[in-house]
Amino acid sequence: MKIDKDTINKIARLSRIKLDDKESEDYIKDLNSILDWVEQLNEVNTENVEPLSNISSSTLPKREDVSKDVNSSEEILENAPDKLEGFFAVPKVVE
Amino acid sequence: MSKPSLKQILKDLESKKISIRELNQDYLNRIKEKENLNVFIHFSEENVLKQIDKIEKDTSTKKLKGIPIAIKDLFCTKSMPTTAASKILENFNPTYESFVTQKLLDEGSIFVGKTNLDEFAMGSATNTSFFGNTINPLSKENEPLAPGGSSGGSAAAVAADLCLGATGTDTGGSIRQPASFCGVVGIKPTYGLCSRWGIAAFASSLDQAGIFSHNVEDASILLQSIAGFDQRDSTSAKVDIPNYFKNLDDDLNGKTVGIPKEYSIDGTPIEISQIWEDAIKVLEKKGVKIKNISLPHTKYALPTYYIIAPAEASSNLARYDGVKYGFRSDEIDSLDNMYENTRAQGFGREVKRRILIGTYVLSAGYYDAYYLKAQKVRKLIADDFNKAFKECDFIVTPTAPSGAFPLNEKQNDPIKMYLNDVFTVPASLAGLPGISIPFGKDKNNLPLGIQILGKHFDEQQVFNAALSLERSYE
Repeated sequence: MKIDKDTINKIARLSRIKLDDKESEDYIKDLNSILDWVEQLNEVNTENVEPLSNISSSTLPKREDVSKDVNSSEEILENAPDKLEGFFAVPKVVE
Repeated sequence: MSKPSLKQILKDLESKKISIRELNQDYLNRIKEKENLNVFIHFSEENVLKQIDKIEKDTSTKKLKGIPIAIKDLFCTKSMPTTAASKILENFNPTYESFVTQKLLDEGSIFVGKTNLDEFAMGSATNTSFFGNTINPLSKENEPLAPGGSSGGSAAAVAADLCLGATGTDTGGSIRQPASFCGVVGIKPTYGLCSRWGIAAFASSLDQAGIFSHNVEDASILLQSIAGFDQRDSTSAKVDIPNYFKNLDDDLNGKTVGIPKEYSIDGTPIEISQIWEDAIKVLEKKGVKIKNISLPHTKYALPTYYIIAPAEASSNLARYDGVKYGFRSDEIDSLDNMYENTRAQGFGREVKRRILIGTYVLSAGYYDAYYLKAQKVRKLIADDFNKAFKECDFIVTPTAPSGAFPLNEKQNDPIKMYLNDVFTVPASLAGLPGISIPFGKDKNNLPLGIQILGKHFDEQQVFNAALSLERSYE
């Protein structure tokens, strides 16, 4: 078993998702079965194979280096759950 | 009643046989009649009427002037909220317009509403939406069927004739599979043909916008309208977009179709193999050369996909933190606590599952074993197609391993659910264009789909083959 209680807690923490005990148990089961299933990729010989990360056959185009006004701070803040004097507001971080 | 057609409606509008207002009023009435299907996450009659007022005053000539179009609620729209079917974006009102929807607006189309989908496009039945299931319009009374997914709302909107076309996105089959389930046409173009700018990201190296329509001709008209280069998407392709519609040609004489033997999978229902054979026979009669091809790494496509897609999703969805937009939990004693509660309460089960698996495969010590390995296998899968396309002009396969399944079918086993995408995922990994067209019926008289795959940026060949098959079937 690849995923145990400690591992799921660690992943959940890295993902910033709080899990209750019931959820943890369910995800341990799900993730183990998915990871067992993807294990079959080890049958494939990938020696000297370059990983494919960009399937776009065209090369990346460069743009002109000119400044552009794309949006205002007002627009950016429009959907913020909490804001204060032109900034995003979050709970206090430093005591 | 004849089947609705965008091509015909455009003629009728031009000859003033109908007015834009009459046309859209007809669609509004039908949308209200079919409310029980839960096709739309956002629909406002007032908003549509305003759009009609505005377009009526517009004296310029526009290609899609007054045409009612439904938009998958993954595309950011200024005039309507955008949720990605997630609680975490429940109250999100974009201040910008996605590239694809802007193109449609520039052409004069009218947005009838935002369609339902699986949360963040993660699913195959439109049953992971925070806003409830969409019902397949082909369902019999008391036996609701799933519309497929993730773009199930858009497929259903076209099938129920609530619009003349709809946008979708396809990451592993999210346009082609629901098109098959709902008996409509759905095309996912080549990766890079349509800009992803303004589409809520799921798996960026796979996500691609596309079109649902009533028939192949309509799809060719609509795809041309949303394709094109965009500087704001670094993977957007600088290619010339041909006039797909004008260039349509259903004469396939002398062409070669590839039939991949690996797509005959044990346990596939007989009716699926049957329509596949039927399609091959039709093509043969039309003078198409049949070539048996091999795509040897096909069986590894699904596990590859289910490493790469969640990995990219875990990174893309990190932005939903309760700070910049959308939902924020009330339980916030500290910053970390705010993130953790916001994401725990804002995301649904399937989305969390994929974020967790993605985080795991990218985490220190596992990256090479999973993500890098998957990207290498992905290369082999793409190479398989490149080799195959040296011997054939297009490839024909079934779209999905079944017709529409019951809405309430229990999908407790994630891997079983992932198998819905078995025929669509390989082309997604290789970035190839694919279309699904209705072809044949299952034992419950529900539509099935045939998938046609083409070379990179050879959408024209895909449309031509689809048109030819469509005409022989009708």
